[in-house]
Amino acid sequence: MSNNRIKIVEKILNANDRLAEQNRQRFDQSQTYAINLMASPGAGKTSFIVATIKALIDDGIRLGVIEGDTAPVTIDSDKITAAGMPAVQVNTGGECHLDALMVEGALDQLPLEELDLVIIENVGNLICPAAFDLGTHSKIVISSIPEGDDKPYKYPNIYRGLDVLIINKIDLLPYLDFDMDYFRQGIEMLNPGLETFALSCKTGEGLENWLSWLKAKLS
Amino acid sequence: MHELSVTESVLEIACKHARKAQAITVTDIYLVIGRLSSIVDDSVKFYWDMISKDTICEKARLHFKRLPAKLICLNCRKEYELNDELTPCPNCGSAKVRVLSGDEFNIESIEIQR
Repeated sequence: MSNNRIKIVEKILNANDRLAEQNRQRFDQSQTYAINLMASPGAGKTSFIVATIKALIDDGIRLGVIEGDTAPVTIDSDKITAAGMPAVQVNTGGECHLDALMVEGALDQLPLEELDLVIIENVGNLICPAAFDLGTHSKIVISSIPEGDDKPYKYPNIYRGLDVLIINKIDLLPYLDFDMDYFRQGIEMLNPGLETFALSCKTGEGLENWLSWLKAKLS
Repeated sequence: MHELSVTESVLEIACKHARKAQAITVTDIYLVIGRLSSIVDDSVKFYWDMISKDTICEKARLHFKRLPAKLICLNCRKEYELNDELTPCPNCGSAKVRVLSGDEFNIESIEIQR
């Protein structure tokens, strides 16, 4: 018997990445733009999706939502279907994130050919979802003002590899000690030039900038 | 707790390469993890003992090589490492910096017996 060292150098999540690539090809074939939306619990993911849907309906844009949840609750997807769009609930069975395989299963339940846009609402958690590519065209994180301005400095990992950052709940700025320049400086250190939209889903302030970015991607 | 998914992937990759090399058993697995990839070593080891049972990788030792996240200051070109918190350049105080490395998340090699 002999001992041998075998060199591998393979990405640990290679299998997920390959599956994600297949999902991306399905989106491309049906000409559907796909977004992976991540945030902590309570940052406003569902409100953000509902606000986006309401604005897009008038433009005739057809949109579907995949909802990731750790337990079978339907509150989130009920809000989405109430806004008139197809939603698929994916129960992760306690897992902290969606992966490419779960999304593949959800895609079979959506009329992809009829949709211009699919938003995947990831499980409310900032650490885990960031590691798993789902096969979307862009990865978006929502940070909200009550979470504090020091997050990029304390949790640098999650701001890497993002395409868009949404800063939600700016209507609360007058009431909280949130230094926007300090926050943005941390983001710039980790992800230079990151597309950032500061807005409030409650008042609607700043939403139009996000919507024109999105519409440009859809046209 | 995405460590379970990660550990399953490690097992799958290690078994695949071990079979290809006609190994009898895998004794060691070497992982390379950058500072900007989040993973808890102890929790991977915990899952490892459970899921590697009755596979060619059973009892293989996991080795974690941690790589620091390196940054470079665009103002004075000083290179420095990210420690507990993200900080501006320790040399000139500039926040104009770029991340050079730290996103690694690889299985680098395995040690087998055959």
